Amino acid sequence: MSAITILYAALFYAATAVLVAGLALKIAQYARTPAPLKIPTTPAPATRAGVAWRMLREVALFESLFRANKWIWLFGWAFHVALALVLARHLRYFQEPVWGVVEITQPFGIYAGFAMLASLAGLWARRFVVERIRYISTYSDHLMLALLAGIAASGLAMKYVSRTDIVAVKAFMLGLMAFDWQPLPADPVLLVHLALVAALMAVFPASKLLHAPGVFFSPTRNQADDPRERRHVTAWAQE
Amino acid sequence: MATAELQAPALREYPVIPILARDAMAGSKPFVASDKINEAIGFPGKLVENWREKAIGKMGELLDKYRGLRVFLDACVHCGACTDKCHYFLGTGDPKNMPVARQDLFRKVYRRYFTLAGKLVPRLVGAEDLTEEVLDDWYKYFNQCSECRRCSVYCPYGIDTAEITMAAKEVMDSIGMGQKYTNEIIGKVHKIGNNLGLPGPALRNTLETLAEEVKEDTGIDVRFPVDEKGAEVLVVTPSADFFAEPHVFSLVGYAKVFHAAGIRWTMSSHASEAGNFGLFIGSYDQMKRIALRVREAALELGVKRIVVGECGHAWRVAYSFWNTLIGPFDFLDPRYPAPQHICELTWDLVQRGAIAFDREKNDARVVTFHDSCNVARGSGMGGIPRGQFIIPREIIRAACNHFHDMAPETIHEHTFCCGGGGGLLTDELLELRVKGALPRMEALKRVVDEHGVNFMATICAICKAQFSKVLPYYQFDMGMVGGVHQLVGDAIRLGRND
Repeated sequence: MSAITILYAALFYAATAVLVAGLALKIAQYARTPAPLKIPTTPAPATRAGVAWRMLREVALFESLFRANKWIWLFGWAFHVALALVLARHLRYFQEPVWGVVEITQPFGIYAGFAMLASLAGLWARRFVVERIRYISTYSDHLMLALLAGIAASGLAMKYVSRTDIVAVKAFMLGLMAFDWQPLPADPVLLVHLALVAALMAVFPASKLLHAPGVFFSPTRNQADDPRERRHVTAWAQE
Repeated sequence: MATAELQAPALREYPVIPILARDAMAGSKPFVASDKINEAIGFPGKLVENWREKAIGKMGELLDKYRGLRVFLDACVHCGACTDKCHYFLGTGDPKNMPVARQDLFRKVYRRYFTLAGKLVPRLVGAEDLTEEVLDDWYKYFNQCSECRRCSVYCPYGIDTAEITMAAKEVMDSIGMGQKYTNEIIGKVHKIGNNLGLPGPALRNTLETLAEEVKEDTGIDVRFPVDEKGAEVLVVTPSADFFAEPHVFSLVGYAKVFHAAGIRWTMSSHASEAGNFGLFIGSYDQMKRIALRVREAALELGVKRIVVGECGHAWRVAYSFWNTLIGPFDFLDPRYPAPQHICELTWDLVQRGAIAFDREKNDARVVTFHDSCNVARGSGMGGIPRGQFIIPREIIRAACNHFHDMAPETIHEHTFCCGGGGGLLTDELLELRVKGALPRMEALKRVVDEHGVNFMATICAICKAQFSKVLPYYQFDMGMVGGVHQLVGDAIRLGRND
């Protein structure tokens, strides 16, 4: 077994551990922290079912963002849908046999790869072109875009420029999951792609990517507008 | 920064997002509270020795107490959706008045002391130590947020800058950096019973005079009762309603509604204030103590209903928080919402035919309605979706023949703050208040030009006071602003009981 295989196997175990444990800790922290007051933002539904529907629109369609700014919505929404399709396409590396749904996503996943790159370019351009967004951008905002763009570009490069042995890659991934390690092809583009993915997984719980679990815990979005009908009480607030 | 030659920004036909004007408002800050004011409400008198440690400690405490704060500080992706949503940014161009930039003043300190990335690579993630300069920025720019929550409507994660502003104010209060205007008023509420510091006897006197004036006007004995045990309804209203113009005209309106409907009501000298500035400084404890006066008054007077007058933030506190803070209201009549807004009460009476209007009495007025932020984005009315937008407008239509809404992107939940909310209604912040009113003034100008609007109704004491002061800077008549119940009072049919 090559040093590269050992290195990448270790890298993915570590990245997965950081991602899962880090997210679990963050989610537990959010869940444990009380929301002592009712602060939903209008238009707030009056029932729990209404809240679920609002949340679904928020995470699937980015409703609030659509109302705020059509350009950010276009790039942001396109990016997330593309990312979802790309991730769906990649599921085939982690299952044998491959599910029917995953097979259906295969051709879309390719287009989505381009859409992902294009929308990332749009989001990135805003950080340079729009003065207000240039002002609020930090190095880490740029780095996050670089990371995602690097992942998308290296992924597409393996499809169109320098192909890799994907059968071996799949064997490597299945081997990781079964703790039965298989050799990883030492193609530079693949190694870059995987290293960037591992980096993304590792920074997830310590970065702004926490917006993903965070939105579900946001009191302005997940509370029902029923303060007069239902008395809302949390522990510390009753002392 | 109130200077004699303060100029309002020009009203534009097509408002555009301003280019950044760095530090444009770096000179704007309210007076710091004196030690006497701070100590009276339990805060350190002046900046404490170890303020940095204290502040970080307080931040940690708040992070454990408020899920919203924790999530909001973590979740922002700097997408920029909020950057053009704040009226203070639109009016001043100061980039630190962009909601995300304002949040980042707090977030960068959170990152530095409470996140791994901020501890390891502060420069990379925009984390910063809490220095004197940072604290100074906090004091300036968290006192340039009216906690109107407009940005929160547009944020894809619902990040509410008001919650962060409140947390920052709470941290500052805990180290002796309290703001004079809000903290002085909180002291007055506890000591005297209302924000304006009007003692019981003076209150009774004022209301007697008011009753005489109404009698002169209408020939009818409309009552303004105080501390009447056994009344059905306790009305809690902002103390400005007792004598300031145009507020007092709304109080006359409420009184006429009760008179015409034959409902026995009373005000309370113990709880002679609906306003609750505890909200503005983010203090749960203060908010609860201030609200408790209302429960005590209701129990002592034995009323069956509690009705809140025209006050925006008071209605948010009453509608959204009272049940939590001072509930349950099992001692009140369950057939009515507890608490109830005066507009809910009036609209209910209109629908049941218990009161009626001679609309032509308002014919000289062409009316528009300014949605107050706390009502629009932080409360409801009537138990129906969007009731807080529908009900006040329906009342106006019932009482007036001429009504025109302002542009849709400036009303309802998109409404612009008057520029004076959140504890900023103080003279030393006049420049901020005038500039912050720009988006509302531009929307108003359009309906003035297109429809000849000459009256802007609103249901908030702060809006009324702020507009009265600011309208003249934009060449409008200060008398253009008034309450919804001012319109009600001028057109309602009295004499039903005669």
